[in-house]
Amino acid sequence: MDKHNITVKVCMGTGGIAAGGAEVLDAFVKEVSSSGIAAEVGKRCSSEKVGCRGLCAKDVLVDVIIGDQKVTYEHVKTDMVPRIVQEHIVGNAPVTEWAAGEDYHNFHNRQQKVVLSDCGNIDPEDINAYIAVKGYVAARKVVTSMSPSEVVGIIKASGLRGRGGAGFPTATKWEIAGKQEAARKYLICNADEGDPGAFMDRSVIEGNPHAVIEGMIIGAYAIGSDKGYVYIRAEYPLAVERLKKALEDARSQNLLGKGIMGTSFDFDILIKLGAGAFVCGEETALIASIEGQRGMPRAKPPFPVYQGLWGKPTVINNVETLANVPYIMRNGPEWFASFGTEKSKGTKVFAITGKIKNSGLIEVPMGIPLREIIYDIGGGIEGGRQFKAVQTGGPSGGCIPADLLDTPVDFESLAKVGSIVGSGGMVVLDETDCMVNIAKFFLEFTRSESCGKCVPCRIGTKRLLEILERITRGEGKPGDIPLLEEMSVDIKLASLCGLGQTAPNPVLSTIKYFRHEYEAHINEKRCPAGVCRDLLTYSVLPEACKGCGACLRACPAGAVTGEKKKLHSIDASLCVKCGACFDACKFKAVKKE
Amino acid sequence: MATLKINSIDVVVPEGTTVLEAARKSGIYIPALCQHPKLTPFGGCRLCLVEIKGMPRPVTSCTTPVSEGMEVVTTSPTIERLRKTVLELILSDHPNDCMVCEQAGACTLQELAYEYGIRENRFEGERRQYAKKDGNPFIERDLEKCIMCGRCVKICDEVQGVEAIEFGYRGFDAKICTSFEEDLSCEFCGQCVAVCPTGALTGKLWSKKGRQMGVREVDSTCPYCGTGCSLTYHVKDNEIVRVTSKDDTINEGLLCVKGRFAYKYVNSPDRLRKPLIKKDGVFVEASWDDALDLIADRIKGIKAEHGPDVIAGLSSARCTNEENYAFQKFMRAAVGTNNVDHCARL
Amino acid sequence: MKEKLNRILESYRKKEANIIYLLQETEEVFGYLPREAVDFFADELGIAPSRFFGVATFYSQFHLNPRGKNIITACCGTACHVKGSERLINGLRQELRLAEGEETTGDMQFTLEKVNCVGACSIAPVFIINKKVYGKSTSDKLIKEVRAIKGPADGQA
Repeated sequence: MDKHNITVKVCMGTGGIAAGGAEVLDAFVKEVSSSGIAAEVGKRCSSEKVGCRGLCAKDVLVDVIIGDQKVTYEHVKTDMVPRIVQEHIVGNAPVTEWAAGEDYHNFHNRQQKVVLSDCGNIDPEDINAYIAVKGYVAARKVVTSMSPSEVVGIIKASGLRGRGGAGFPTATKWEIAGKQEAARKYLICNADEGDPGAFMDRSVIEGNPHAVIEGMIIGAYAIGSDKGYVYIRAEYPLAVERLKKALEDARSQNLLGKGIMGTSFDFDILIKLGAGAFVCGEETALIASIEGQRGMPRAKPPFPVYQGLWGKPTVINNVETLANVPYIMRNGPEWFASFGTEKSKGTKVFAITGKIKNSGLIEVPMGIPLREIIYDIGGGIEGGRQFKAVQTGGPSGGCIPADLLDTPVDFESLAKVGSIVGSGGMVVLDETDCMVNIAKFFLEFTRSESCGKCVPCRIGTKRLLEILERITRGEGKPGDIPLLEEMSVDIKLASLCGLGQTAPNPVLSTIKYFRHEYEAHINEKRCPAGVCRDLLTYSVLPEACKGCGACLRACPAGAVTGEKKKLHSIDASLCVKCGACFDACKFKAVKKE
Repeated sequence: MATLKINSIDVVVPEGTTVLEAARKSGIYIPALCQHPKLTPFGGCRLCLVEIKGMPRPVTSCTTPVSEGMEVVTTSPTIERLRKTVLELILSDHPNDCMVCEQAGACTLQELAYEYGIRENRFEGERRQYAKKDGNPFIERDLEKCIMCGRCVKICDEVQGVEAIEFGYRGFDAKICTSFEEDLSCEFCGQCVAVCPTGALTGKLWSKKGRQMGVREVDSTCPYCGTGCSLTYHVKDNEIVRVTSKDDTINEGLLCVKGRFAYKYVNSPDRLRKPLIKKDGVFVEASWDDALDLIADRIKGIKAEHGPDVIAGLSSARCTNEENYAFQKFMRAAVGTNNVDHCARL
Repeated sequence: MKEKLNRILESYRKKEANIIYLLQETEEVFGYLPREAVDFFADELGIAPSRFFGVATFYSQFHLNPRGKNIITACCGTACHVKGSERLINGLRQELRLAEGEETTGDMQFTLEKVNCVGACSIAPVFIINKKVYGKSTSDKLIKEVRAIKGPADGQA
């Protein structure tokens, strides 16, 4: 690169765009091309959009790269652009007060990026940008010079396990499918990222769609498939668009289609849009959905590798799993296996969200302690509050309390403490979160996403939810906790698919670690975290009230009375417990208990 | 063939047999609600869960094919506990009105509740409630009693090929629906009624006519057409209250709308029980001898005057093949014409 | 209508797609699934209409009734939940005067719907108003947006 070249990279993932990324990019283009500046730097300054770089909480993130000097700006708004352009690009003096601080660097320095290594650095809509970072080198090598079993061998040596949740060895799936004699085999990329609180797959596809495509080409070659599908959520419009463009570009360069890369190997990929059903993340339901049916799972065996889509052998891999493949093929299995633990090799992408300072997307080696993720990378809890738990694995996972923060994050260790790695969602909870409410939240989710085919899930999740609702309303009964436990165990054992088999996990893990919160709700009719509405009362602290009237104006129910500059009060019989007064008071004079 | 052990008993069955079928063939009982021998496995009711050595969790025997050397246990404290939990869950969302339910005594769910001694239920909560009743003339659809076993959907699709109904919605709100939940308007073969294991689907004509007590079963042949389906009349006080058909019959328990629902004529006051002869413009009851004599005389007379080809015979699909054979023989040999036809030919 | 349906059918045939695709295209064109569309496709393709109904009621993307001119989507993912999305939803319901269980306003101007997770958890709570994503939403910001759409006439309602 010419050392005088100037590049401006603007984050344009869903997070970046929501924070105004498109406008910021426009502003840069305009500002640079406006008279005066263009003459000086116009020709050697390019502005490009890049995918997610993880720290979405600080969006819009902008890199200004001059020669080999990179400065990252955070929280960039359009009105900041002229000054950045004038002082930094024209004047070569970075605007230090806006530059990303320690948080940003800590966030990145402690990560180990494989899947995300090119995300946020390259323009996801430009196939040549991917090719420039050695993209498609691995696929070319595979299809032109390797045998399918060699490919399987490398993946096996790398120890790669499925990143979708279950952690099944990828090479085993490929090997079995490869051995099936069938006129047609399918490779499906599961991008139906349904776990609430997870957005790894979306970010990978938005940030580097070609890595997924390359992974699919290699996988298809290994199993002998000529037709692939990406089953992706319709809720991810940007990812769908970028993937569509990437597929077209790949086809135009003969990386997909008939006789790819000059060989006799045919492979093409179709996109299937999900239509809003969490259960379709389950393999057999996903297959039913691609076939155009209701996404109801069927019993296994037979497993999809023997009888899958249209009854043909089918391999289903998660987005992140496939995106790992080109990097493994390029850098060798030993390199990949050097990260992680003995049984959980490589890295894993997590979405850390909730009550955490540096909320965003991270990639860390398997086996890293939870504490490091939350405090060193995540920067700890927002607003100086106390950490309570971290929820991993979404609706199938569990809550891990503070005293288990040294648990290493890998498939086995998380299972041991009653949770799962899952697809990689981590929602951090603080002292203001009620664990019964969290369990209820997840059961609301699984109840409404249950397909209804099998009894334990259809009726069981409903009954679990009803009991939790009762408890949070203050109508809990002494036998409720044992009943919840009993039911949960049976629902897990008796349900047909992964949804029902894991749906009770949030209940079991919160009872296990936060039994006292359940007891407080049931026995004392009290919500210790101050969340469960029916158990709260709001009152005004006379010593703190300044009589400003903010609470009175905020109250939608007319429950607050008081004259200006005099003590206000809340009429409990009128109060609808919405919390508006609590939020409105600047003097912490509204008490919630 | 595959050899497996079910509850330590050696069982030899053809490959592809399910564990449930293998057990039943060997006289080993496994409860089930959604499984039906005519239909593809569903695996929804979870009652047929069994333990198989080497599998990490209980599996449904109705969906699991046997394999060589498999070791199956069909009952254990865990399995029985799970079955009981599942039944309690089903019953917690079921109107427990067996007292007035048409299906009482012939209901698989009721029988299982009896078998597992479910009197108290640990689970209580909201039950599905549907105000709308289906206005079709034949099939009572009480969807609150539906346990979502899917047998009706499958028999309508896989056997009858009509696809009038399908699973609709999902989760706790799932229910069996026609398109846009309109009143059922199919061919009303009633196959769905026959396979329903609960009182969710019953015949409208059966309502309050009698359940098991005082009801006699009479096996017979359907008089409607020459197919000759075997059926069973359920008779109370010399009145047909219900028609069913057994699985081990020539028609495998399947019937059409006429055989299953059109039996009211038997006890109809309008039904002709004796021949009528019109005298002076009015029909008058007559003996069979008088009636047949009259017919014979008139046929002979017409034939003598105009020749046999002015006479034609049309026989009924409700006659047997033998009767139809005899009839055409009569027309050809006795009357002397080829003008003979049959209503089902058209 | 016939013309639009024929166009959808044509692209379905060209793509060798499935029922879900047909319904997605229909939903895209009409904003919901009109009964006539389902009957038309069932007739043309010889697929039982009950099949369409089963699929249409299974996936939350499909709607059997017309929806409002403006669609507000509330993300109900975990991160949004712990950041108070429920309270924001209640605030919007009040602003739009939606009764319990109602999604669409009487004048068909607004539909407020919940979705599981739009995967933008870092900027929770997230709302999508007419396909534009709003991160770190507050009640004030949302109500301002809604009032801006309502226009000055009844903006203060």
